[in-house]
Amino acid sequence: MSPKTLYDKIWDAHVAHEADDGTCLLYIDRHLVHEVTSPQAFEGLRMTGRTVRAPDKTIAVPDHNVPTTLDRANAETMTADSRIQVDALDTNAKEFGIHYYPVSDVRQGIVHIVGPEQGWTLPGMTVVCGDSHTATHGAFGALAHGIGTSEVEHVLATQTLIQKKSKNFKVEVTGKLNPGVTAKDITMHVIGETGTAGGTGYVIEYCGEAIRELSMEGRMTVCNMAIEGGARAGLIAPDEKTYAYCKGRPQAPTGADWDKAQAWWETLYSDDNAHWDLELTVDANDIAPSVTWGTSPEDVLPITAVVPDPASFKGGKVDAAKRSIDYMGLTAGQKLTDIEIDTVFIGSCTNGRIEDLRAAAAILKGKKIKDGLRAMIVPGSGLVRAQAEEEGLADIFKDAGFEWRMAGCSMCLAMNPDQLAEGERCASTSNRNFEGRQGYKGRTHLVSPGMAAAAAITGRLTDVRELM
Amino acid sequence: MQKFDTLSGIAAPMPLVNIDTDMIIPKVFLKTIKRSGLGVNLFDEMRFDRQGNEIADFVLNQPAYRDASVLVAGDNFGCGSSREHAPWAIADFGIRCVISTSFADIFYSNCFKNGILPIVLPEDQRDALMKDAEKGANARIEVDLDAQTVTSSDGDVYTFDVDSFKKHCLMNGLDDIGLTMEKAASIDTFEAQASADRPWV
Ligand code: SF4
Repeated sequence: MSPKTLYDKIWDAHVAHEADDGTCLLYIDRHLVHEVTSPQAFEGLRMTGRTVRAPDKTIAVPDHNVPTTLDRANAETMTADSRIQVDALDTNAKEFGIHYYPVSDVRQGIVHIVGPEQGWTLPGMTVVCGDSHTATHGAFGALAHGIGTSEVEHVLATQTLIQKKSKNFKVEVTGKLNPGVTAKDITMHVIGETGTAGGTGYVIEYCGEAIRELSMEGRMTVCNMAIEGGARAGLIAPDEKTYAYCKGRPQAPTGADWDKAQAWWETLYSDDNAHWDLELTVDANDIAPSVTWGTSPEDVLPITAVVPDPASFKGGKVDAAKRSIDYMGLTAGQKLTDIEIDTVFIGSCTNGRIEDLRAAAAILKGKKIKDGLRAMIVPGSGLVRAQAEEEGLADIFKDAGFEWRMAGCSMCLAMNPDQLAEGERCASTSNRNFEGRQGYKGRTHLVSPGMAAAAAITGRLTDVRELM
Repeated sequence: MQKFDTLSGIAAPMPLVNIDTDMIIPKVFLKTIKRSGLGVNLFDEMRFDRQGNEIADFVLNQPAYRDASVLVAGDNFGCGSSREHAPWAIADFGIRCVISTSFADIFYSNCFKNGILPIVLPEDQRDALMKDAEKGANARIEVDLDAQTVTSSDGDVYTFDVDSFKKHCLMNGLDDIGLTMEKAASIDTFEAQASADRPWV
């Protein structure tokens, strides 16, 4: 047998039909659904008299729109249009008989945090969701990617997706990370190297010592942002850490099924001589705590750097950099650590897991946030929130002056009232710094949880290593 | 779905790179549970000020381009979120074709589901069409999907690649759920085998 990559192996195990031109029907093992990109798909089913083919493989949770205030049980906290979407998901979940975690359920949270947490996401699976950050689940060695609403409807109706195979891209991160450098810095650094379109047409497999050393939480952070590099999906081969994370989760297999599953999972790695269409090697030693200065995730630099000169770029990027610097209210040559912020957001499917909260708490312990700063922590799920309370992290955050919120997407995309006001500047652990992403004319600097915590204390972008 | 065969129309130049789906349709408009009516909000934050007045120098507000049906765009168009609201808004505005050097993956396939043809051309050809588009309303661009050609107002012809299955669906306005359901027997067979091999799924 010719050698295969991990992606090849998962792909081959899921092709339900292949046409002469290579167009495949890829069978989908898990379909995650949220309130914003699904109403039109369910409506489409109704209009055509179709049903959900595999309701037992379909899991819904509201997250994008939901309020994260403590009083959210009170119906009034949700705006009318948000309520319409959440109510539509309620109705659709019941009518079509799919698994559902409503807002009132402690297991509710961001769809990409709930899936793994409940054991829905397992190695070797195909996972899709009407959300680009579905790439997160690749941390388990699952082929996971975002789809549009028409495709959501297609998967609901047929449990398959029409796909052509992507190319294989290997990103190896060799060596060990330095103190203060995290999974977030790895993934931002890689996007800085490839650019936001560098991964287009590829599935990235992340490998190498620095990746193997990461916890499952860290691996999810890395894969989460594969899409920001343009890749269809990110993958990390499963190993003992993966099995340990999955074991005992509510939806994970048990007994003989577990043994059979693990035996298969152990075959899921890229063979030695597998063919790579593209390869990139990064030395972990070269990765510093990173921060974005512009309005594209590729606009990333070490915290020790200065705002770049637009003239230093090439082609269309010159104007884009000018526009970014102008939008961000910065000057070329300005030290990144001189940039003052007024808001800190810790949360999102990139960095809303327990390990992220622990990292922030380690910096914040016994400290206070800068006077006048607005800082919020939005756990990725109700269970992350409960665990953080049990571990005493919530008290550290509250004592420091952070708002301690309920689970949801919140200021990652600011569909609910958690938004930046015009001109406000935020150190954020989310994944997108696009214009207006966190609020109209809001300014976003992407950072790791530790960096966000450090910025909260000093009121400016800060090298977390100074506070460790 | 609306069929696409040929198109002759005004092309609007948008040279900015990395135009993301948040720019194409800001999230405040994602609260709809319908697909229709999003054209008025296309590029909302670039097109209107906070009071809802048009920003005069935004390309689609200029008299020459108000009726554009083609966009010639900077690299990596449509990056970011998977929101299909982006192609819904583009199509609802009346744009049926976007030309760039590269598109983000999800946006690219979303276009085909909504009667929009995304065309990838090499940088020099895209740049030539950008210059052409900058001439204004008289510069009509012709697109022929069957022949896989784009013709500039000066008569320069560029050919492009497109996946044969996607082309077939777009040219015939086919509903691909219906097409897939014709293969239900293959899916049944696969599913039965997969659940024997991987019962935990
Ligand atoms: S947290 Fe942000 S990136 Fe993640 S699913 Fe929610 S909106 Fe998308």
